[in-house]
Amino acid sequence: MSSEQKILSTDGIPLEESLKQAEKKNKIKAFLLVTPLLLFLIITYIIPIADMFSRSIDDKMVTNMLPKTYKAMEQWDGKELPSEEVFKAFYLDYKILVENKTAGKLQTQLNYEKNGFKSVLKKLARKQKKFEEGNYKEQIMKVHKRWRNVDYWRAIKRRAPSYTYSKYLKGVDMYSNEEGKIVQVAENRRIHRILWSRTLEVAFFVTLFCFLMAYPIAHLLATLPMKYSNLLMICVLLPFWTSLLVRTASWMILLQQQGLVNDFFVWIGLVTNDNRPEMMYNKTGTYVAMTQILLPFMVLPLYSVMKTISPSLMRAGKSLGATPGVAFFKIYFPLTIPGIGAGCLLVFILAIGYYITPALVGGASGTLISNQIAYHMKSTLDWSFASAMGLMLLTGVLVIYWIYNKLVGVDNIKLG
Amino acid sequence: MSKKEDFVKFDKVDKSYDGKVLVVKDLNLDIEEGEFVTMLGPSGSGKTTCLMMLAGFETPTNGEIYLDKNPISNIPPHKRGIGMVFQNYALFPHMTVYENLAFPLRVRKISKDDIVKKVEKALSMVSLSGFGNRMPGQLSGGQQQRVAVARALVFDPAVVLMDEPLGALDKNLRESMQYEIKHIHESIGVTVVYVTHDQGEALTMSNRIAVFNDGKVQQLSSPDKLYEEPVNSFVAEFIGENNTFAGEISDISNGSCKVKLDKGEIIANPISVKSVGEKTTVSIRPERALINPKDKMDNNQKGKIEEVIYHGDHTRVRLNLLGNSEFILKVPNSSQNLDIKLGNEINIGWNSHDARALDPK
Repeated sequence: MSSEQKILSTDGIPLEESLKQAEKKNKIKAFLLVTPLLLFLIITYIIPIADMFSRSIDDKMVTNMLPKTYKAMEQWDGKELPSEEVFKAFYLDYKILVENKTAGKLQTQLNYEKNGFKSVLKKLARKQKKFEEGNYKEQIMKVHKRWRNVDYWRAIKRRAPSYTYSKYLKGVDMYSNEEGKIVQVAENRRIHRILWSRTLEVAFFVTLFCFLMAYPIAHLLATLPMKYSNLLMICVLLPFWTSLLVRTASWMILLQQQGLVNDFFVWIGLVTNDNRPEMMYNKTGTYVAMTQILLPFMVLPLYSVMKTISPSLMRAGKSLGATPGVAFFKIYFPLTIPGIGAGCLLVFILAIGYYITPALVGGASGTLISNQIAYHMKSTLDWSFASAMGLMLLTGVLVIYWIYNKLVGVDNIKLG
Repeated sequence: MSKKEDFVKFDKVDKSYDGKVLVVKDLNLDIEEGEFVTMLGPSGSGKTTCLMMLAGFETPTNGEIYLDKNPISNIPPHKRGIGMVFQNYALFPHMTVYENLAFPLRVRKISKDDIVKKVEKALSMVSLSGFGNRMPGQLSGGQQQRVAVARALVFDPAVVLMDEPLGALDKNLRESMQYEIKHIHESIGVTVVYVTHDQGEALTMSNRIAVFNDGKVQQLSSPDKLYEEPVNSFVAEFIGENNTFAGEISDISNGSCKVKLDKGEIIANPISVKSVGEKTTVSIRPERALINPKDKMDNNQKGKIEEVIYHGDHTRVRLNLLGNSEFILKVPNSSQNLDIKLGNEINIGWNSHDARALDPK
C-alpha cells in the first residue's frame, strides 16, 4: 500500500499507529501480569535444566587438576609411551595434588577411565616423595610396571577435553574404549538398558491399565445424574487429597505376603497358606500402586471430553440403524480421542519419571530409571551422571510429545 | 396402494419416570401413512416423551405402540427403521456431511455405488449438492438442519420423527425451513411426526395437529379446525389469540345458549356445556368481532377503547367490554376510517356461532 492510501484516524494519525498506541497499555499490562510466572519458570525450570545440562557434559575437573600434563601431551600422538616432558609435567601436577590432599578425586576419575588406575596412582603418591630431580620417566616407570603400559597414558589423555558425552554413553551402557571407539559394556554390566526398557514397559502398561479402568468410570461420571456423579467424582478425587506416601504405604499393607489381599486369597482358597504369592517388591507391586495413583489423571481429561459429547449423538446413531456397539465405536469413541490422547500422554509422562512408589514397593525388580537417578544423586554423588540421565529422560518425554503431536495433533488435547 | 389408516398407533399408552407422576396419560393416537402430524404443546406436556417412546429411547410404562400393525415396544431403536431429526441436529462432528449421510446406509451394508447415489439424491433434495466434503462445523445452522433432515430421510424410513428441529434457527430461516420441510414431505410422502411448541410452525406444516397438555391429547384435528373450532378452553387459549368471558349458563336451547356474566349477558354456541347452571368460558377470536357491524348480529355490545397499537397491516385495539378489560380486536388497516381513538365508546358485534362456550378454566 502506498503512503497516500494509508488509512488515517480522525485526528490524522495513521490508523495502524494509533491502534498500536491504544493497545500499548494493554500489552504492558498483560506482560506485567505474566512476569511473575515467567520469572518463576526461569528460576525454577529453565535455569536448573541448563545447569543440569552443563553438569552432565562438564569434565573440567581432571583437566584443571593436570594442566601441565595436558599442555605437554598436546604434542603426543598416543602411539608409544609419551616423552620425558610429559612424565615431568605429570609428576609436577600430581605432586601439587598430593600436597593439597586432592589426589583422591583424580584417582577416582582416572579409575573410571581405566580399571586399576587407582592403586597405581596411590603407589606413586607414596613413592614420589623420594624422587630425585631429573629423569622422571625412569623413576615413575620404576614405581609400577603399569606406567610402562601406554594404555594408562591414553586414559589420561582421553580426559583432556573439558567437555564429554561419556555420561550419556554410560546411560545407555556404552563407553568409548582405549581406541576411542564407542562400544557396549560387558553384557553382565548392562544395567541401565534394563532400567530404561523396564521404565518404558511399566509406563506403557500403567497407561494401558489406567485407560482401561478410567474409560468406564469417566463415562459413568459424564452420564450419571448429578447426585450420583458428584459422589463418584469425590471417590475419584479422594486419592488426590491423600498423601502419596500414605497411599503407597497402604498398598504395602495390602500387598505384602502377610497382607490383606493375600489373606483374602488364602481365605477363599485361591492359594495355600505356605504358598502366598509375592505381590510387592517386584513389578506387580509397581503396576498396582502406580495404576491406582495415576488413575485420576486419566479420568479427569476423559471426563471433561465426554461431558461435552451430546447424548443425542448416540441416539442419532441408533435411530439411524447402528447397533449400540457400532454406534459406540463409530461415534462415541472417535469423539473421545482428544481426551484419550491427553490422559494417556499425561499418565505416560508422569509414569516414566515416577520415583516414590517404585522406590517403596518396587523392590529390586520393580525400580525404574528415576530410582537410579536418585541413587546417583544421593549415594554415589555422581551428579553429572544423574544429570545426564535426567536429561535423557526429559528428551525422551519431548520425543514422545513430538510423536504424539505428529500422530494426533497437540491442538486435539483437551484437559477441560 | 391405499394408505394405511393407523400406520402409527398409540394404544392406551402411559408413561411415568418416577412412579409418582404420569407424564403421558392414556394416550390414544392414530397416524395415517404419509401424514404430517404435529404434536404441539407447552414444555412439559409430554409431547417429546411420546416421540421418544416412538423412537424407542423410552419404553411405555403401560400400553403399546404399533408401527404398521406390529407392536414395537420390545424392538430396540436401531431395528425400528425410524428416522429422527434432533433438536440440536446431532450431526456427527467428526464425519463429513457425506459420511454423516452415508452412516445409516453403511450400517445397513448397502453397496458403495448405491450409497453414493442415495447420498447425492438426498443432498440435492435439501439443495446442498456439493457440500459432501464439508464438516458439519463449517456449515451454518440452517445448512446443518438440512443435513440432519437429509440424513433422517436417506435410508427411506417409514416414519420420520422431528423433535423441535427448527428451535435453534432465527425467525426468517425458520419460516423458510418450514416450507422446505413441508415440500419435502409432500414430494416423498413419508409419514412425519413433528414435535414443536411453536403453534405457527404447527399450523403451517401439518395435516393434523395433536395439542398436548398435561400428558393428554386435548384435541387432534386439522389446523383450520383446531383454530376455528377448539374443543376446550386450553386449545382455544393455546392456539392463536383469544378473548374470553367467564360466566354461567342461564338458558340453553336449539344449539345456542345464554351465558350470564358478572356484567351483562351474551349469546353463545354451546360446545362443552349441556345444562343450565354450568360454569363456562366463552371464547371469541379477535377477528370475529366487528366494529359497527353492518349486518345484523346477535351479540351487540358497547365497549370503551383502552389502548390502540399500530401493527402495520392491522391495528390492535384493546377494549373494556362487559367487564373484560383485555378484549382484543384486530382491525384491518384497509377498512373504512373508523373512529378508533383512545377513550371512545364503540359498538362491537359478533355472531353467537363464533362465541364458543367451553369448559371453565
